Amino acid sequence: MKDVSVFTPAGRLLSSGLVSAVYRRRRLMDLLMTGLAGLAVLVAVVPLFSILISVAIRGLSALNLDFFTKMPVPIGETGGGVLNAIVGSGILVGLGTLIGLPIGLLSAIYLAEYGRGRLADTIRLFTEVMSGVPSIVVGIFAYAIVVRPLHHFSALAGGVALGILMIPVVTRTAEEMIRMVPQSLREAGLALGLPRWRVTVSIVLPSAASGIVTGAMLAVARIAGETAPLLFTALNNAFFSTSLLRPIASLPVQIYTYATSPYEELHRIAWGAVFVLVMMVLITNLLTRLAVRSGYEMKR
Amino acid sequence: MSVSGSESALWRGRSVPSFRETAASNTRGVVPTRDEIAVELAVARARTAVVPALTTYDLRAYYGSTEILHGVNLAFPYRQVTAIIGPSGCGKSTLLRCLNRMHELTPGASVKGRVLLGNQDIYAPDVDPVALRRKIGMVFQRPNPFPTMSIFDNVAAALRWHRVVRRHELADRVEQALRMAALWDEVKDRLHENALGLSGGQQQRLCIARALAIEPEILLMDEPASALDPISTGHIEELIVQLRSRYTVLIVTHNMQQAARISDYTAFMLMGELIEFSPTATLFTNPSDSRTEAYVTGRFG
Ligand SMILES: Nc1ncnc2c1ncn2[C@@H]1O[C@H](COP(=O)(O)OP(=O)(O)O)[C@@H](O)[C@H]1O
Ligand SMILES: [Mg+2]
Repeated sequence: MKDVSVFTPAGRLLSSGLVSAVYRRRRLMDLLMTGLAGLAVLVAVVPLFSILISVAIRGLSALNLDFFTKMPVPIGETGGGVLNAIVGSGILVGLGTLIGLPIGLLSAIYLAEYGRGRLADTIRLFTEVMSGVPSIVVGIFAYAIVVRPLHHFSALAGGVALGILMIPVVTRTAEEMIRMVPQSLREAGLALGLPRWRVTVSIVLPSAASGIVTGAMLAVARIAGETAPLLFTALNNAFFSTSLLRPIASLPVQIYTYATSPYEELHRIAWGAVFVLVMMVLITNLLTRLAVRSGYEMKR
Repeated sequence: MSVSGSESALWRGRSVPSFRETAASNTRGVVPTRDEIAVELAVARARTAVVPALTTYDLRAYYGSTEILHGVNLAFPYRQVTAIIGPSGCGKSTLLRCLNRMHELTPGASVKGRVLLGNQDIYAPDVDPVALRRKIGMVFQRPNPFPTMSIFDNVAAALRWHRVVRRHELADRVEQALRMAALWDEVKDRLHENALGLSGGQQQRLCIARALAIEPEILLMDEPASALDPISTGHIEELIVQLRSRYTVLIVTHNMQQAARISDYTAFMLMGELIEFSPTATLFTNPSDSRTEAYVTGRFG
């Protein structure tokens, strides 16, 4: 404040009264807003941590080697595991990714690099709408196009449902990532006499890769926890199965079934399954972050 | 400019028989025929006068329905440095981008008129713009190395894509290009580090090396030094002077001293029109158009 007044009489005038009052008010406002923002963070973080902690406390006690390697035991007996659900979830998510990732990525490439005019706008609109459709509706859709024609529930139907759910998530994040690649890089490639597709494959996609991978992983994490669309499609299976054409168990559906049952023992196993599911999502995220970062550093 | 036949041989840099050689091959006696005289005159003119590497006829460029270039007629001399100067927004970049068919890549942009590379119309319907761009390299205002690639790969990429050389020759060609861009000594020990680790000036020379590696016939440079510090600018200028012996160079610049230092010819543009095209010394010291004079003496622009 003092410095200002050195220069001109006007400066002195300003700094003597007005400026400091305004400044005090701004500081107060600043403090208030920072406080509010901090509070909002707290409100957001507290439930998250309480969920994580209670899942960890209740889930960890259910975990042992059997949990991962054994099949469920009949009601009344203790012990057993959820091997079928873990393997089932792996298959369903793998299948969903196999369907959703390529379609989502290719749509994103089309929208970001080639799409112009009506068609592109329409596709973009559909993607927006699709990402807002409740997952249970997608489940019904998969039921109609896979379960009905084949006359029975199947892992395939569950994979299709998850894949459809994944498409808009992948498309939107990947399109955004591809758009973020500066135009100057495309021009650099084109000016070297590369065809468009080559520029896309060799320059644009590598530049957007880390973002695309992160987006894809988030999409995988999202479908891993989906329950509703599996209820009409993959159903559940009390036995070990890897067949795509038969119903298959999955962690979310298993959790749902066990948690809604009246048995204490099943609740315990459900908590364990919740813990495993949360960990799977968490670890996938951490691993991608790590992979993306180390890839990035290698490039430096 | 109508050197016909021999013209294309010329701009490709094949040697042209000298007047004496032509005369010696005249086996039919002392007195040359009319045709022979015509050929010899044409050859002599080609040696002394401007041989165009790139010629534009009534070149008009549009963004949507807005005409940006209003019929530019220009002949860029073979293996000379031509500077394009003019106030910002007058269409210098647009002109350059019409010459390697980059302009049409902007949505809504279009081009009218003719551009001849040697004597081939690059806007002829059967010309593949992708193949054309290989022959006409371009360096942009902001250095734009490929960020996911090493220094080596930035240069090697285009060679690989175009299968210019065999695998075992690749390293040699990369070195050659980096030497030509006066960058080799600075990067030879860090070839496999990421290109973004280089300074702005080095990145720009890397971009030049990348463009030169595939041996274009013409190099277009759009204010290649405007984002660089004076020392890097000096490097780039030296480099351009050296490139002159092997390439036809077109350089857009805002800096008139730079144009005066490095170019053989200068084109002055104003609001989408070519005002004057002359040897650089003439344009700066004895311009024929009053607008050119006003611009180069700093009275407007
Ligand atoms: N993408 C574009 N869309 C519409 N107008 C453009 C675009 N790019 C440039 N222009 C216009 O074209 C004119 C010439 O631009 P440019 O060739 O970049 O000028 P210079 O390089 O001489 O500064 C300017 O008036 C500019 O506003
Ligand atoms: Mg420009």
